[in-house]
Amino acid sequence: MNFVGLLHSLGPLSIAGLAQGAIYALFALGYTLVYGVLRLINFAHSEVFLMGAYAALNVWGLFSLNQNSATPATVVVIGLLMLGLVAAIIASGATALVVELVAYRPLRRRNAPPLAFLITAIGASLVISEATGVFTHRSITGVPPLIRPADVVTFGNLHITNLQVLIIVLALVMMFGLDRFINTTRLGRGIRAVAQNPDSAALMGVNKNRVISLVFLLGGLMAGVAAVMYVLKIGTVKFDAGFDLGIVAFTAAVLGGIGNLRGALLGGLLLGVVENYAAEVFGTEYRRVIVFVLLIGVLMFLPTGLLGESLGKARA
Amino acid sequence: MTAVENHQTAQAPPPVKATDRTVRGWLGRQPLPVRILVIVGFAILAYLLPYVGDVPVLGPQVVTQANDWGSVLFEISYFVLLAIGLNVVVGFAGLLDLGYVGFFAVGAYTVALLTSPDSNFGLKWVWLASVPVAIAVAMFSGLILGWPTLRLRGDYLAIVTLGFAEIIRIFADSAPLLRGDRGFGSIPHPPGNNPDGTAIFSVRDATPYYWLGLSIIILVILAVRNLDRSRVGRSWLAIREDEEAAEIMGVRTIKFKLWAFAIGACVAGLGGVMFAGYQGFMNSSTFVLQFSILVLAGVVMGGSGNIAGAILGGVLIAYVPERLRGIEVFGQDLFQWRFLMFGVIIILIMIFRPQGVIPSRRRAMELKDRAKEVAPE
Repeated sequence: MNFVGLLHSLGPLSIAGLAQGAIYALFALGYTLVYGVLRLINFAHSEVFLMGAYAALNVWGLFSLNQNSATPATVVVIGLLMLGLVAAIIASGATALVVELVAYRPLRRRNAPPLAFLITAIGASLVISEATGVFTHRSITGVPPLIRPADVVTFGNLHITNLQVLIIVLALVMMFGLDRFINTTRLGRGIRAVAQNPDSAALMGVNKNRVISLVFLLGGLMAGVAAVMYVLKIGTVKFDAGFDLGIVAFTAAVLGGIGNLRGALLGGLLLGVVENYAAEVFGTEYRRVIVFVLLIGVLMFLPTGLLGESLGKARA
Repeated sequence: MTAVENHQTAQAPPPVKATDRTVRGWLGRQPLPVRILVIVGFAILAYLLPYVGDVPVLGPQVVTQANDWGSVLFEISYFVLLAIGLNVVVGFAGLLDLGYVGFFAVGAYTVALLTSPDSNFGLKWVWLASVPVAIAVAMFSGLILGWPTLRLRGDYLAIVTLGFAEIIRIFADSAPLLRGDRGFGSIPHPPGNNPDGTAIFSVRDATPYYWLGLSIIILVILAVRNLDRSRVGRSWLAIREDEEAAEIMGVRTIKFKLWAFAIGACVAGLGGVMFAGYQGFMNSSTFVLQFSILVLAGVVMGGSGNIAGAILGGVLIAYVPERLRGIEVFGQDLFQWRFLMFGVIIILIMIFRPQGVIPSRRRAMELKDRAKEVAPE
């Protein structure tokens, strides 16, 4: 156990953790939104993320870029990033919508028990990730080095890279936009109404199915952005990448209080940082153990997570 | 759902109507000896399954092509055992457990640690001696996990159990004591000799393991079925339908939820013991999380809350992929597509029969009851 190392490099570990946590947070938003409205753990959300990652890669592939290409000029990089983001958002949003229409809506029409929804979600997740696995021959795909890591801030042993800044800023902007959307717009009010009480909302004239589709779309959008940041940061994608990351993102959502947008942000950032600290102290392989122990510890004292479940409440 | 609305479903199981045209309806109307005969007949047929390949015309269709039929049958048997155990947790008590494979791993690793020459403990027990210890350790781990977490509501419980399975897997991967992917070799097989002096349980023939597994399954079914019809089972039912109401009526919910968890863990541990005794070797890659999610999917597809449904689910998840292995379509082995097809099957079953293929009668009624409460779309 290396506590001295932790103290020595507290700054760098925190920054790296925040960057990782920002990705978790954006990913977690999809779980939290869907859970807030449908009370469903959307297992297929990890594949929504996966589709976003592959979409971005394919778009960059169109420009014959691969992991061995040189980093293009800055203007080109910005354009490519935009294109990648748009492609990822479209792919993720579309995947989320398709899953909702094909798998969940028929179940809602039949008043299926909650467990049936969960199992269907697992089935949808299996279908998408395995189809990807078959198509990619279960191999790892490399990501073109669009952003060459360079320090933008140096302060003692604290180096903040351009990529970290990009990830954290982009995540905060997305979060802020979503928060405003849910809290101030008409559609956002519809979402909050359905989250609070679906039947009453329907009686008040809210189109429940449209709200649910919207929620899936929003979750997909966030996952698409998270996916682009993920591929830039990690540099590789595999067909089962979504599953592994999905577990952590879902943990983040639960930790912050599932159904609560700000909870997802807090949970994601916290998990990213804790994971990094734990990797330093106990070794990389045990970092997830610490994450889950933290989750159990928090849930024992705050059974609905750090900020509680409250998508339906006025404060989001 | 209020208690008043609920009184109908909370009564004793409804009498079987003469108009019930399902097979189960027919079976329910028969006198007891006929029922016993039919069930014993099914059990005998199950014992004869290793020879199904000898049945003309139909037999060869059933038997798997690429893999030894005996080992596939054994695989089916421990999947069925796991499904029955998980059914206690999910189907009877209504607790969502996504990390069930964790207990399976605990049972198997306990056997390995006690018996394998690779173990740091150097005990080299015989297989049979390690069985009670392994089951006890699995049960204990169920209690340890359940005690802090069973206060949590359904979906929170799901993520915590998922985390538990991940923790077990990480330790199996990284803790020096559990040897990571080097694993444990030479785990002894179950005891016993044929009349000619050769061992009954060897690496050459998996059929005896299947018969052993089947016998264990039958014993477990008897135990679980009796539990379900006892006071414990009625408490589980009450907790599943409305936990608050059950608590108010004097059911000690935590205690009975812990019971369900511990019994489920016990059965999974038993599965792990069987697995270790058959395989002789195991390492950290044996226990992946997808495994427990697969078992859960099996239970729900078969019909959670019903033992027959759980058995069907266990058979489905173990048999279908193996049957697909070795079939080539357009030059590609269907085995590669197994999980893809599986996902499609899961979605289709859930859409067209959300209560599972063979639902428990009471659960079907609960469903109908739910339908009355929600506003139409």
